[in-house]
Amino acid sequence: MATDTRPAPHLDPAFSSATRPSRLTVGLRTFLPWQLVRFVVINLKMLRILWRNHHAH
Amino acid sequence: MSRIVVLGAGVAGHTAASFLRSWLGKDDSVVVVSPKPTYNWIPSNIWVGVGLMQPADVTFALAPVYERHGIDFRQARAVELHPEGTAEDPAPFVVAESTRAGHEGERESIRYDFLINATGPKLNFGATPGLGPDAGFSHSVCTETHAHETARRLDALVAEMKAGARKRFLVGTGHGACTCEGAAFEYIVNLEFELRQRGVRDRADIWWISNEYELGDFGMGGMHLSRGGYITPSKIFTESLFAERGLNWITRAHVAQVEAGRAHYETIDGAVRAFDFDFAMLLPPFAGVGLKAFDRAGADITPALFQPNGFMKVDTSYAPKPYEQWSAKDWPHTYQSPAYPNLFAAGIAFAPPHAISRPYQTPSGAPVAPAPPRTGMPSATIGKAVARSIVDMAGGAPGPTHRASMAEMGAACVASAGASLVSGTAASMTVFPIVPDFERYPDYGRDLRSTFGEVGLAGHWIKVILHHLFLHKARLRPGWRLIPE
Repeated sequence: MATDTRPAPHLDPAFSSATRPSRLTVGLRTFLPWQLVRFVVINLKMLRILWRNHHAH
Repeated sequence: MSRIVVLGAGVAGHTAASFLRSWLGKDDSVVVVSPKPTYNWIPSNIWVGVGLMQPADVTFALAPVYERHGIDFRQARAVELHPEGTAEDPAPFVVAESTRAGHEGERESIRYDFLINATGPKLNFGATPGLGPDAGFSHSVCTETHAHETARRLDALVAEMKAGARKRFLVGTGHGACTCEGAAFEYIVNLEFELRQRGVRDRADIWWISNEYELGDFGMGGMHLSRGGYITPSKIFTESLFAERGLNWITRAHVAQVEAGRAHYETIDGAVRAFDFDFAMLLPPFAGVGLKAFDRAGADITPALFQPNGFMKVDTSYAPKPYEQWSAKDWPHTYQSPAYPNLFAAGIAFAPPHAISRPYQTPSGAPVAPAPPRTGMPSATIGKAVARSIVDMAGGAPGPTHRASMAEMGAACVASAGASLVSGTAASMTVFPIVPDFERYPDYGRDLRSTFGEVGLAGHWIKVILHHLFLHKARLRPGWRLIPE
């Protein structure tokens, strides 16, 4: 594979210390049964925002 | 019998025009003036920009929709406002210049009783030398055409990568005063996902550059989320998402110049650096579209109606104050011009009174100050509130009857992070209010019960549903009024 011979860009030191998700967290993101539940929960949370906007004015 | 003219057919203008037509009587008329013949559902331009959609999937022709619903459409660019009419005729009017093929440059005066300025932004690529796809060296997803060109360049690079080449990508904001960091965020995570799907991720170095002080700021000062027993800033989640996907980042940056294959930038700590790239998708800063205003004697009164950046002044004070002295109460409520009561602005066209994110500058004086986001849900909500006020005023109300302050309004946002119905993800977020209110919510400025965010496949499903739902609504098909903004 070709290598990049250009100067390396400046790397933010925060990259190496950033929080990483666990395997469970990553797995749940595409685990269908769990995502069906989250689909309902997220929609309810968005409806709450719509309800508050509607009643604020 | 009133005539309402709406300048612009984006989210705010199209929403306002649709509801005006629906609520006004048959004797009243609604005129939409827009330089483009099509409506563009801009949130889906991200998918055009990675080659998953075509421009036709995110646009439709406005004229037939407006004709079917009794809205008068002029394909033209508004250039002059005459809110006092002329010395001979005091009826206010707007001058529009046709952009229709074969009629380019033809001028027309359109009289109005009420006017909504919803012209959206001018994409100010000229603010950074070398920025942009037309006269520069970077790509954009701001329009469907730009996004399509971006996808074609990406295809070419992927072909080279499949042949063994290693490529470097730079995505983010092309100036220190940009807004819409969320759109650039969507693009970088979609780009990363798409390169994985095409089997060349290991040959790509992908970098983020932005004017945000911290990742996850998005021009609204970031947000705090209650997750896992902690109140955690959005910076932690965004850094985590980037690190997990191997996306490097440069923040607190002002891109000063773009050359072929190289971006020059400066950060607020005074570092001046260059970044060599093979592909750059850098968003431009926004400005007003450059409308001029004249009084009845023909004198230029533009500074009375517009801020120097071209955005329209509405019902708030624009007197400069230190950042610490601004409060949520300073945000406009009715979007009525203080100079002319029959003049309103909606969406990006109104001038925000101050930045939501704390502004900084580089030692050389360049701004590193994300501008407040006011696209999507707030734009549509403002457009609808302004339309309702105008309908009531046309019916005899003495002033605006509806409010839509961004400091009293929440927003829901779904940022795509990879488009696949089984392995894709999106970041689903809600925030309330958009502009933090530290008097109501002293700790974090927002109601943490209504402010949340998470990444998952469900978000992608919602994003796909919203794409079809909002295009259905924009086409004014049956039931469109039932779909919320």
